[in-house]
Amino acid sequence: MPAVSKGDGMRGLAVFISDIRNCKSKEAEIKRINKELANIRSKFKGDKALDGYSKKKYVCKLLFIFLLGHDIDFGHMEAVNLLSSNKYTEKQIGYLFISVLVNSNSELIRLINNAIKNDLSSRNPTFMCLALHCIANVGSREMAEAFAGEIPRILVAGDTMDSVKQSAALCLLRLYKASPDLVLMGEWTSRVVHLLNDQHMGVVTAAISLITCLSSKNPDEFKTCVSLAVSRLSRIVSSASTDLQDYTYYFVPAPWLSCKLLRLLQCYPPPEDGAVKGRLVECLETILNKAQEPPKSKKVQHSNAKNAILFEAISLIIHYDSEPNLLVRACNQLGQFLQHRETNLRYLALESMCTLASSEFSHEAVKTHIETVINALKTERDVSVRQRAADLLYAMCDRSNAKQIVAEMLSYLETADYSIREEMVLKVAILAEKYAVDYSWYVDTILNLIRIAGDYVSEEVWYRVIQIVINRDDVQGYAAKTVFEALQAPACHENMVKVGGYILGEFGNLIAGDPRSSPLVQFNLLHSKFHLCSVPTRALLLSAYIKFINLFPETKATIQEVLRSDSQIRNSDVELQQRAVEYLKLSSIASTDVLATVLEEMPPFPERESSILAKLKKKKGPGAVSVELEDGKERGELNGGGDRGGDAAIAASNASTPSPSADLLGLRSTAPVSGTTPSAGSLLVDVFSEAGPSATSAGVNDDGFLSSAPPTVASEDPAPPLPESDELLNKFVCKNNGVLFENQLLQIGIKSEYRQNLGRMYLFYGNKTSVQFVSFNTTVSCPGELQSQLNVQTKTVEPLVEGGAQVQQVINIECLTDFIDAPLLNIKFRYGGALQNISLKLPVTINKFFQPTEMAAADFFQRWKQLSQPQQEAQKIFKASHGMDTEVLKAKLLGLGTALLENVDPNPENYVCAGVIQTKAQQVGCLLRLEPNAQAQPGEQMYRLTLRSSKDTVSQRVCDLLAEQF
Amino acid sequence: MIGGLFIYNHKGEVLISRVYRDDIGRNAVDAFRVNVIHARQQVRSPVTNIARTSFFHVKRSNIWLAAVTKQNVNAAMVFEFLYKMCDVMASYFGKISEENIKNNFVLIYELLDEILDFGYPQNSETGSLKTFITQQGIKGQTKEEQSQITSQVTGQIGWRREGIKYRRNELFLDVLESVNLLMSPQGQVLSAHVSGRVVMKSYLSGMPECKFGMNDKIIIDKAGKGGVTNEAGKSTSGKQSIAIDDCTFNQCVRLSKFDSERSISFIPPDGEYELMRYRTTKDIILPFRVIPLVREVGRTKLEVKVVIKSNFKPSLLAQKIEVRIPTPLNTSGVQVICMKGKAKYKASENAIVWKIKRMAGMKESQISAEIELLPTNDKKKWARPPISMNFEVPFAPSGLKVRYLKVFESKLNYSDHDVIKWVRYIGRSGIYETRC
Repeated sequence: MPAVSKGDGMRGLAVFISDIRNCKSKEAEIKRINKELANIRSKFKGDKALDGYSKKKYVCKLLFIFLLGHDIDFGHMEAVNLLSSNKYTEKQIGYLFISVLVNSNSELIRLINNAIKNDLSSRNPTFMCLALHCIANVGSREMAEAFAGEIPRILVAGDTMDSVKQSAALCLLRLYKASPDLVLMGEWTSRVVHLLNDQHMGVVTAAISLITCLSSKNPDEFKTCVSLAVSRLSRIVSSASTDLQDYTYYFVPAPWLSCKLLRLLQCYPPPEDGAVKGRLVECLETILNKAQEPPKSKKVQHSNAKNAILFEAISLIIHYDSEPNLLVRACNQLGQFLQHRETNLRYLALESMCTLASSEFSHEAVKTHIETVINALKTERDVSVRQRAADLLYAMCDRSNAKQIVAEMLSYLETADYSIREEMVLKVAILAEKYAVDYSWYVDTILNLIRIAGDYVSEEVWYRVIQIVINRDDVQGYAAKTVFEALQAPACHENMVKVGGYILGEFGNLIAGDPRSSPLVQFNLLHSKFHLCSVPTRALLLSAYIKFINLFPETKATIQEVLRSDSQIRNSDVELQQRAVEYLKLSSIASTDVLATVLEEMPPFPERESSILAKLKKKKGPGAVSVELEDGKERGELNGGGDRGGDAAIAASNASTPSPSADLLGLRSTAPVSGTTPSAGSLLVDVFSEAGPSATSAGVNDDGFLSSAPPTVASEDPAPPLPESDELLNKFVCKNNGVLFENQLLQIGIKSEYRQNLGRMYLFYGNKTSVQFVSFNTTVSCPGELQSQLNVQTKTVEPLVEGGAQVQQVINIECLTDFIDAPLLNIKFRYGGALQNISLKLPVTINKFFQPTEMAAADFFQRWKQLSQPQQEAQKIFKASHGMDTEVLKAKLLGLGTALLENVDPNPENYVCAGVIQTKAQQVGCLLRLEPNAQAQPGEQMYRLTLRSSKDTVSQRVCDLLAEQF
Repeated sequence: MIGGLFIYNHKGEVLISRVYRDDIGRNAVDAFRVNVIHARQQVRSPVTNIARTSFFHVKRSNIWLAAVTKQNVNAAMVFEFLYKMCDVMASYFGKISEENIKNNFVLIYELLDEILDFGYPQNSETGSLKTFITQQGIKGQTKEEQSQITSQVTGQIGWRREGIKYRRNELFLDVLESVNLLMSPQGQVLSAHVSGRVVMKSYLSGMPECKFGMNDKIIIDKAGKGGVTNEAGKSTSGKQSIAIDDCTFNQCVRLSKFDSERSISFIPPDGEYELMRYRTTKDIILPFRVIPLVREVGRTKLEVKVVIKSNFKPSLLAQKIEVRIPTPLNTSGVQVICMKGKAKYKASENAIVWKIKRMAGMKESQISAEIELLPTNDKKKWARPPISMNFEVPFAPSGLKVRYLKVFESKLNYSDHDVIKWVRYIGRSGIYETRC
């Protein structure tokens, strides 16, 4: 930079700034600024031209005023004028003003771009640098559009000065980050890569930032950089500390460049070329060796630079994850850092070790440091380091050391910081479950967890304990005993009371033999906690009490007394009151037999049910409730110990189990382990999904008629259904009779009638030829789930069909529950010796079982509102494929089987229908609304179809079916 | 219940810090400095809530006075106290400035101990405070004097001590009013009100009983109804009685008597005090009328002509007249021509300031200015702030007249006639603006 010459001091500016600094109040400052602004305005207004110096001075003042937080709305022109000056300082101020103050103002941008262009094409390196800096500082789209083509040329041109190259590389990087679509490297790619070989270290450092960014976007184009980077790295690493002169930092040769090179290499897999790889491994070994050497300087900068390279090298080693030797060495090196004086080093070491633990090669090596890490967890002063230590413990945990690690984490939990407790609790819970060999240990651990950090134990954790205890006969007694003991503590957490209430209610009898835990003692213990608990817990405890009555008749009087007390039976909370009243009645009216039936032990939970399925179930839940309202009520009172709350809670636990694992994934993202994340994070999901992959697939298979017809006929496999069978099917959604299929040989007519959940279908097979069909055979099959949803009975037909004759087949259909797929009809016969094999879909769709329901407008809207949950509604907006003829539409809607309700919708153009789908299991009420936009142009006519039913699958299915009809 | 009281200089350094309650900690001091004094955006609200702590501040030149509390206090009471505090300090050492506060900090702490007890305001009457808080200390006082102080502080009439004696019984009465106006360019009054104060200086012996009368409509009407001065009252008061919207009195005024008889009677404090404050909104005499004329000539020029007319008796003289004409923010030059007074463009305030020393009633004067503008790329239009005016006139714009001020002193032998009374009316401008 040229030295500031004598005249460039800008006294006026200095005076102005010192005036402002001396202002005693905001008001005084504003006054001074107003005065100065008026002065500048009059100067800029003045007809006589200003010289460069004063222009620069005033622009500077404006800039200063702007930086103080005042608006500047003039002076841009003067600043742009400064750009064309030949003096460095004037140009510099002009660029400064523009990079700070310019917004996308069209006319000015053009002028500025022009000035920049001039400077770029001037051969003066300082001017070029100024222009490049301005482009990078503004970094707007307009700038990118104007210069994205120019800068790469400057970057690779042979005659460009090194300093300009540096600026150009960084400028290009900025533009690329701002608007990547405008910066096209194309032809420059190889020449940019070759900048890695540049003599000037500064250029290499700048270029490597650019290359790293570009290659992370399109790694293939920049593949060649790997070998260049390796050779460059090896040159730096092997050089003596004095070789690089300016680029040696506290005896470390080019630390920034080395780090960047190592980072660039992390964008790519290990090099395939053996020589390159050998060289790289050599480099990495040298770096590891150097870490062992005694430090050349005591200065902290020296060790920082050295360690920076080392850590970057280690992350490269972890990234490659293919050199066991290096991995173990890295692990040992990090092990040394674990006890280093420097906190930052300990943090980094723990962090890197977390990733190392996930590698199969170094997992064992990491495990050797367990004592140190545990020690760090206990004694470390810095909370973030403790957090890392906890992460590492979690990462290195496996079956062999699970007990130790869980114990340590539990003991640490008592003193852990509040910020990491919740995470720790989840980790402990997961580890305990994942590596539990012995369920009593698991129960102990989780109860301990609740005792130590009850507030941080989420619902899912204690739901899970109960699930496991209920499903495992062998731990039930132990669990009851442990819980009983835990509850004896004078103060216990509410979650503990919940677990206690549930387990004693179920398995209290297992420990009742001991006089110390006699039924009455158990009850009194539970009841002593009752008043300290929240309403949901109290509700759970009430359920536990009624179970006690069943388990121990001798407690009946005491418990009835409790239930009868005003604080229960007249409780202001509806839930509690209802439970108290119902349980009281139940206990006094029902005989012991009935009681025993009602309050039977909870059935085992569907073990390890897929969490996805559980989620699906949760979605279905509310809809099913409204349908099964009646028998649901009965069951609610008589079945399952009347423990609706508990049931629901457990159901919810099933349903929401994905959430902790999702949480965990989120939490894990703080840990730098990329390798372990999938396995550790989805652990809970794993646990659930081990058992039932079939269930999962069944639940998810909602894809209509995509038939994967299972082989039902032994002899010859039925042909896959005709491709047009779906279309054929759609034809019959709104009508019951017609021709189902026709080709040169065969015509199949269909006639069907439905009543409630039953249907009868007549199939007429017509032989169109004059030759007879032999071994004519038809089968109807229900693929997949359909088997349990639909009951189809067929009568066999004559194996011989004469030419020109027609045979009839009757099919009886019973709808058991709602369904999606259609049954398959397979026809086989021989025509002139050739086997004909045709598969069709029988036009049996869910809407066939519609029973029309007439209702008044008010009724309709009331029901419509009742079905307001999002999953109960299905909506489709689609283009009309036929005209919007009112009569045709009406006929189709009637054909659907629903009742077309007139004068219900306020808009007469809309169609509203209602019907009940009759299945054997249940009746599904279904409301439909079709809104055409008849006014639109014929090509753009659209419908909006909304379906609401008490079952979400039904809504969706009917909606899909119907959408094809208009 | 004020929790603490802090006084800061303009830099936010604490000059005085007095904490009355434990809930106010040292961090409150910093909170106010950071959030109010050094706030990036100027804080306009006098009440600031920071972390459940309320700060009530007033500013006197460069000095910030802040009362701090964590309780739900009566904000009006706190401000009344702060103003009183300013008055007390001003009467002890003159202008409130950093210098003066630093020089008198012992005195200020002494005052704060006296006028606030556990955050509750106590006696803040300057007259009585001066008897026992002196800048010299109270060493030399005799036992009698001390007991006198005690009886006075605890007695019924806290604002006046016994045994005052003057050779000349004198009384000064000032009616100080400030008139506020907002007028449309067409001369329509958009809002106007007068807030006035009656300030007295009394140098009277003994414990005199005073009675003050003015031309308040209700009093006059009442007197008229009573039939005492029926005829005379009507003829004189016909138009001259004024409607007072609301008023407040000094603590010495017997409010019960005012409520029942509408008569203002009191035992005056010694020295200077404010007898009452009032506000009127009807029949205000507007001393000046401003007629603006602004013409935009193209994008770069603006012509402004302003005429002011005085609207009172020709025999009276208005003083210290100042008209402030705002200029656009992109003004680059101004030429001003005026017949009377001096006019100048003040860039630092973005305004033309026109000053006239004196102006008689029923006159008019004019100024014209040409403003050159610098074209900017800013699309915002100039908001045209109103033209404001300052002046002082020797009458009360509300029309208030003092009818009588009678002094009765039964114990000492001087009568109403022996008291020399001076009455003065001063009308000043408050916010006196005309839109242009």
